[in-house]
Amino acid sequence: MLTKRIIPCLDVKDGRVVKGTNFVNLRDAGDPVEVAAIYDKQMADEIVFLDITASHEKRSIILDVVKKTAEKVFMPLTVGGGINSCDDIRELLNAGADKVSINTSAVTNPNLIKEASEKFGSQCIVVAIDAKKINEAWEVFTHGGRTPTGLEAVSWAKKVESLGAGEILLTSMDADGTKDGFDIHLTKAISHAVNIPVIASGGAGDLNHFKDVFEKTDASAALAASIFHYGEYTIGDVKQFLKQNKIEVR
Amino acid sequence: MITIIDYESGNLRSVQKAFEFIGTKARITQNPKDILSAEKIVLPGVGAMQQAIEKLEALSLIDPIKKMITDGKPFLGICVGFQLLFEKSTEGGGSKGLGILPGEVTRFENNLKVPQMGWNQLQFQQQSCPLLKNIEDNSNVYFCHSYFATPEDKSCILTTTDYGEAYTSAVWKDNVFGVQFHPEKSQNIGLTLLTNFVEI
Repeated sequence: MLTKRIIPCLDVKDGRVVKGTNFVNLRDAGDPVEVAAIYDKQMADEIVFLDITASHEKRSIILDVVKKTAEKVFMPLTVGGGINSCDDIRELLNAGADKVSINTSAVTNPNLIKEASEKFGSQCIVVAIDAKKINEAWEVFTHGGRTPTGLEAVSWAKKVESLGAGEILLTSMDADGTKDGFDIHLTKAISHAVNIPVIASGGAGDLNHFKDVFEKTDASAALAASIFHYGEYTIGDVKQFLKQNKIEVR
Repeated sequence: MITIIDYESGNLRSVQKAFEFIGTKARITQNPKDILSAEKIVLPGVGAMQQAIEKLEALSLIDPIKKMITDGKPFLGICVGFQLLFEKSTEGGGSKGLGILPGEVTRFENNLKVPQMGWNQLQFQQQSCPLLKNIEDNSNVYFCHSYFATPEDKSCILTTTDYGEAYTSAVWKDNVFGVQFHPEKSQNIGLTLLTNFVEI
């Protein structure tokens, strides 16, 4: 049976992990390669690097990070942030990324989803959707949550599936940073609406939150950052708890 | 030394890095001569089977691959490289494969999410295969695919995996091995499998 995935996410800026992490025994807690190796040992099911480097000149730094990570860690690696073209995608895949996550440029240029999935295969094209509840619907935001798009999230999710996306990384802007749990309503709505896997993101604060999102929605994976980085829980803690609750994990 | 066939499809470097990590030299090539002189071949792949076979054809790699297999050289197909072993696929309105093994590749038609993406278990159908040495039955490996193969000759089925129904996740016939999952992304179990292939 396919197991539910637990995915740690690292925000990387100019080649460094933003805010750092809280692991002991790390020579350099800001080195994404070292942090990825820790999560590899903890049996994370995948790792996501979100590149938030602002300067275009420094964009190539992430390629080097991906290359070094892929030499050390033999697990699926997804990279998102600042991807605008098939050339950007090719560079990341050649560096050793298995999947790329597209957010803003998927909205501004939906044809990129189609073109990229035809060229590289749907399995490596993830579309990231940042959604926020406005009145009774969820609106899609871009540019790291700063720009409203007027797009309704459920129909946008269906659209990206039809364009060839292989997976959706769904972040609830309402839940993100609250530590009050994943946004069950949003995750349920999107994961029921599409036939591709959905990764739930935003709001993980304790073990029950992971159980809830898998029991109450069709999410295939759950992504979290701070809960793992600051050592509150290991990936193993989450998995053990899920196993005790009869949710299939590796 | 391992020879990895480059037909410009995806994650060659990941496969090469995994072999390098376990201390084996691996060269990436699209030269038919290199394939004919290879000791062991790996045909990796992500993406669509139609594009893969067209590319192999355009690079004149099909005959050298078939010759190596007939000569008894160990061959490992990964993901699309595994699917290519079969005669045909329904992908993209119909595509032919290398036809090394009789059988067809079809899309998952169930109510589960497609692609199947993530870690799933191997159910061993044979116990004495050198490729699975030091790997336990029911081990989790990483899958990422929308299509699966159904061999006509059931005796070549090495492992099955359950996704709505049990399907073939690895095959073994003489010197030919194929895995639907990605050993290069399956942490220690994957590296063990690649080590086994090197030692065959």
